[in-house]
Amino acid sequence: MELNLNVTEETKVQLKKEVVYDSLIIGGGPAGLNAALYAKRKGLNVGIITERLGGQVMDTSVVENYLGYESLTGEELVNKFIKHVQKLEVPILKEAAVEKLSKKDGLHEVHLKNGDVYQTRTLVLATGSKPRKLGIPGEKEFSGKGVAYCAICDGPFFEGLDVVIAGGGNTAVESALDMAKIAARVDLVHRSEFRADQVLVDQLKKYDNIHIHLQTQMEEIIGEAMVTGINVLDKKTGDRRIMNTNGIFVEIGYLPNSDAFKDYVKVNDHKEIIVDAYGRTNVDGVFAAGDITTIPYKQIITSAGDGAKVALAVNDYLNTHAAVEAPQEVVAK
Amino acid sequence: MALLNDEMREQLSGFFNGMKKDVTLAVFTTKEGCESCKDTEDFMEEMASLSDKIHFAAYDIDTHKDKAEAYGVTLTPSVVLLNSEQKHQGVKFNGIPAGHEVNSLIKGIMAVAGSLDTLPESQQQRLKKVTKPVNIKVFVTLSCPHCPGAVEKAHQLALENEHIDAEMIEAQTFSAVAEKFNVSSVPKVVINEKFEFVGNQTIDDFLSEIEKTQ
Ligand SMILES: Cc1cc2nc3c(=O)[nH]c(=O)nc-3n(C[C@H](O)[C@H](O)[C@H](O)COP(=O)(O)OP(=O)(O)OC[C@H]3O[C@@H](n4cnc5c(N)ncnc54)[C@H](O)[C@@H]3O)c2cc1C
Repeated sequence: MELNLNVTEETKVQLKKEVVYDSLIIGGGPAGLNAALYAKRKGLNVGIITERLGGQVMDTSVVENYLGYESLTGEELVNKFIKHVQKLEVPILKEAAVEKLSKKDGLHEVHLKNGDVYQTRTLVLATGSKPRKLGIPGEKEFSGKGVAYCAICDGPFFEGLDVVIAGGGNTAVESALDMAKIAARVDLVHRSEFRADQVLVDQLKKYDNIHIHLQTQMEEIIGEAMVTGINVLDKKTGDRRIMNTNGIFVEIGYLPNSDAFKDYVKVNDHKEIIVDAYGRTNVDGVFAAGDITTIPYKQIITSAGDGAKVALAVNDYLNTHAAVEAPQEVVAK
Repeated sequence: MALLNDEMREQLSGFFNGMKKDVTLAVFTTKEGCESCKDTEDFMEEMASLSDKIHFAAYDIDTHKDKAEAYGVTLTPSVVLLNSEQKHQGVKFNGIPAGHEVNSLIKGIMAVAGSLDTLPESQQQRLKKVTKPVNIKVFVTLSCPHCPGAVEKAHQLALENEHIDAEMIEAQTFSAVAEKFNVSSVPKVVINEKFEFVGNQTIDDFLSEIEKTQ
């Protein structure tokens, strides 16, 4: 029995609707948190609005590629980030989903799902990404009935059972290694070749219950009340067959969380927000950082670095753009 | 076996300094066939030792049938959080709240102690219209980092409306219950045994599902 204690003191400062912020950061993952840190240290009046504080890092079992830390859990790492930002008294509005953005009197307005609106001179969009779906028949139907997207969360349900891991990147290989300790049999299925780091791929050999199927396309998920198998196509031989399994962990990469912004800023075909080297979008005063952008390679350290860079670009922007006049209060009567 | 190390004890004692009111951890156990009952009892006693404001009470579900019934306890081990007036406000844990769920327990204690922020006005308004009984089950595993978010929201809703009752259910300890509701991904939220969703959704999403039961 162990405890994964994760108590961070609540920040005393709160986000205020009547304040016009220098910068509002949407998203509380590594990109958003580091943007807040840098912006605050530049003396900007900054706040964070986020759904899940910590972002995807919270779902990562171990991180072994963040400079300075050889190995620690994702949660431990991101709690260090959060504590650091909280020390600087940055207001953080948690569990708040942004629904859309708009423009008013030269300011940007952030509309939350619950109807609340906040105002700011600049925006940093850092809402990261979510697991990509396979997009094959049966996936939606069996979601939560054997089809899963979080191996550390749902792994325990497959103790002693057979599972398929879909994907060939680091996350997929890590999940296969984790599941090999719990499941009876692990089939790692990927439509092309491995993209994962060699150090991870080498570890797969250590488990004789892991079976690797490269160049294999998943075509359909089948089952009754729960998943019973998948239809696969062997791309080398052209053979189709059924692979029996109790569960499928989908680890095939990530989709940007840009739905709330796609009518406000330009996105590319992959729904990534298009940014330049400074993190600027096509809209004046709106910046983006981390997984949600067109910047290649999505990692914790690159997202955090991106956040820092963009906050500095925001500071430069504010220094060269005079504040708009506060709208005159109209006195009724 | 103590679950908390010195560092955790210190951190939590500091945190519990912010408790406004007293809270009782009422643990229900059975003598036989309950693997984690003893651990749960010991753990709750350990938590209670961290603050003068946290109290510990142990009940055998068979000898204290009246209490179990009053709090709607049917599974063991279960922990019910009682407020300073020894009232059950719908904050319950079925299964040991260890692993990531220790965070739900801590938030639950702080919430029952009246030390957490209340919900924003817009959500209060929606909650006021909930006048028929609502039961929220949140299925979790102890290794799930985003499950506490769902448990905390369910408990918060229970605290703000007397008709709502919210319980965490540890899906491995209570695998039969989990199977009944076809749980294979967590957090899974089941409302009045009928409406369900998977994932740590927002309070507004919880409210939309709850409104379907009214
Ligand atoms: C299982 C797993 C393992 C990984 N392992 C590693 C690893 O070992 N090493 C590594 O370097 N990287 C790893 N990564 C990748 C890394 O986690 C991401 O690249 C990084 O977290 C991206 O940071 P971000 O700040 O851009 O976005 P995110 O971390 O995705 O954070 C985005 C934030 O925005 C919030 N948000 C989303 N939509 C909205 C909205 N509409 N309104 C308000 N808030 C919103 C989210 O709740 C979240 O808090 C892993 C990812 C996963 C999923």
